[in-house]
Parts: sequence; C-alpha cells; structure tokens
Amino acid sequence: MADRKADPSPIDADTFLEGLWRENPVFVMLLGMCPVLAVTNSVVNAIAMGVATTFVLLASSVLVSLLRNLIPKQVRIASYIVIIATFVTITDYVIQAVSLTLYNALGAFIQLIVVNCMILGRAEAYASKTRPLKAAVNALGMGSGFTIALLCLGSVRELLGAGTLLGFPVFGENFAPWVVMILPPGGFFVLGGWLLLFDWINQRNARKTEEAEVARAG
Amino acid sequence: MQAESLGFIFLNAAIVNNFVLALFLGICPFLGVSGKLDTAWSMGLATSLVMLISSVCAYAINSVLVNFELEFLRLIAYIAVIASAVQLVEMSMKRFSPGLFRALGIFLPLITTNCAILGLALFQTFREYDFLQSVAYALGAGAGFTLAIVLMAGLREKLELADVPSVSQGAAMTLMLAGILSLAFMGFAGLGGH
Repeated sequence: MADRKADPSPIDADTFLEGLWRENPVFVMLLGMCPVLAVTNSVVNAIAMGVATTFVLLASSVLVSLLRNLIPKQVRIASYIVIIATFVTITDYVIQAVSLTLYNALGAFIQLIVVNCMILGRAEAYASKTRPLKAAVNALGMGSGFTIALLCLGSVRELLGAGTLLGFPVFGENFAPWVVMILPPGGFFVLGGWLLLFDWINQRNARKTEEAEVARAG
Repeated sequence: MQAESLGFIFLNAAIVNNFVLALFLGICPFLGVSGKLDTAWSMGLATSLVMLISSVCAYAINSVLVNFELEFLRLIAYIAVIASAVQLVEMSMKRFSPGLFRALGIFLPLITTNCAILGLALFQTFREYDFLQSVAYALGAGAGFTLAIVLMAGLREKLELADVPSVSQGAAMTLMLAGILSLAFMGFAGLGGH
C-alpha cells in the first residue's frame, strides 16, 4: 500500500486552476463529450448539467480519497463505479424532486453521468492518490471547468438557435433563428468552433513566444 | 408503445434516431477509434455484441428489480452487468483473435464507459419494451453505432490527404466533419414518428 500514500505537496492555486484552463476536461482533454453535446441546447440545461456533474465529481472524489487505503487494487475500478453510481442515483432523485421540467429536459443524461469518463478518470488518476481536501479542491476546479465549457456551448447554441439567452429574447422581432444550432449537428459545429478558436489562440501565443526568443537571440 | 413493430424499432435506433449522430451517445469511441477503417469495423462489432448481451441481461435484471420493488438499484445493477459483459467479450477476443485484441487496445475496456450501452439499457427500460423489442432495439443501436463509426473512419482516411489549415487539424476538424455527417442523418428524421 506504500505506493498509494498521499503525495505531500501542498494545496495551491494550481490545484484548483488546472481544471479551469490548462487541463480543461472538455476543451483540452476531450472527456465527457456526450453530455457536453447533448444537453447544451439551452443555458438552463447546461447549468443544471454542470452543477449535477460537479456535485457527483466532488462527492465521489472525496469518498474515493477517503477510502483509498481500504480499496484493494484489483477491484478499484468496480469500486469507483459503484461509488459514482450511488451519488448519481442521489442526484437523479433530488433533481426529480426539485424540478420535474428540468428532469424531463435532461432525460437519461442525468443517469448517464455514471459513464462520464471525466469522473472515473479523476477518481483513478487523482483522487486515489491524494488527500481528501486536495481531491475536493481539484474536483471543484475540474467541475467548474466542465460547467464553464457547457455554458460556452449552451449560450452560443441558445443565442443563435432560438435568439434568446436564459429564455429572454435578445435580438428583437426580426431575428430568424438558426434552428440547426439547437438540433444535434449544431452541437458538433459549435464545439468544433470553440476548439478552432482555442487552437488559434494557442498557436498565436506559441508563435509570439518564438518570435520574442528569436529577437532576443538576434 | 406496444404497437411499435420490431422492424420500426430497429430502423428507428439504427438510422432515424442514430445513437451517435442524433442522440450523442458513445461520442468518445466515435472520436477516438475512427482513425482507421478496419479498427473502426472491429470496434463497431465489439460494441454491438456488448450491446446485445447487456440489453438481454438488463431486461432480465429489470424484471427482477421491479418484482422486488428495488428500482433505485437499477443504475448500479446495469453498470455491473455491462462491466461483466465487456470483460467476457474481452476474454473471448483475447482467446480467439489476439490481433484484433491488440488493435483495439485500451478502447476495449473503455466500452464499459461507453454511454451508448448504458443509454440503451436505460432507454429500453423507460420505453417499457418487451423482450423481443429490446433485442431489436439493441441490434438497431449496434448497427447504427457501427454505421456511424465506419462512415466517420472512411471520411477521416480521406481527410488525411486533404490540405487543411494547420490550426484546424485534429479534434476541431473531426468535430466539424461529425457535424456534417449528423446534418446528413437529419434527413432521415422524416421517416420516424418521434
């Protein structure tokens, strides 16, 4: 069990921030794509899905981290899945109790949080190797990164597809909605568009650094 | 719901409401394993097989759970069944076709976290399909998944030779391509009643 002792490094800002940008689960790691594309046809759905996923991620990360010395290595994946499935069942029933409209809009995708690779990936790669508090901070960061990514998609799709934001009309009477944005292809196009934008920014930054270095050397 | 014929259920799952392109289930393998045509084929067939096994098991388990009023255990029971089905397929593939086993690599155990399979089990429960309808639904979903991933792999092999701007290479390009493919499948929407 010596290999699973908590790593001693302190909790710093990076523990939280890496999930937001450098290792953003959606835009950088391309994990958990299914809910990202399926439920982001409106801002409300995107927020609900983001919060639900963050809750499951946070709770299961803490529990996995607490139990890290009790779970035998051979059955760890199965144990993690059972832990995650338990919290998803809780979330499922809570959403059903709080808002039936929301529950119907999200459909099976609440239960499908179980198979969100991001959560299992975090449990395996991070929470099982670290202290509960640090795992919690990291899970919150990852969850926020996930929610922000969902919001990025949801706002663009709702704005273009229905001409509204959070249900309020934005563009006035004469706007003809791009219905395709709300339909499935729109999800692929908008996510592709965001990835293009981020690739472009990264590439430009890389070029700038390179030019600066050349200038300094010359 | 009982009025739906088996053929309609099959076509509905395979084409009209294609699991990948219309319902967004199983996007991870769809983007990850669609680089080469023959790997995509094997991935599609392996996934279809797991779908069929887990659909039948899920039907049996659901009847037991409903009988004992233990519906809140459904999710945990389903995921356990799927994990075992994947293990079974993995072992038999290792035994009978080691080449294929190596080609699929890490994606084989990852079928467990393929949402298309859990989604299939959940949808057939929500729609209260009987045994034969569940089997037709699973076969349709498998055929749809295979169709989507093979189409995508064919397109991506062609795309390797295309001259695209360097910024759009990789994931962004693949997603745009998937969007166009999905747009094409929208054309089938008129066939179904949903």
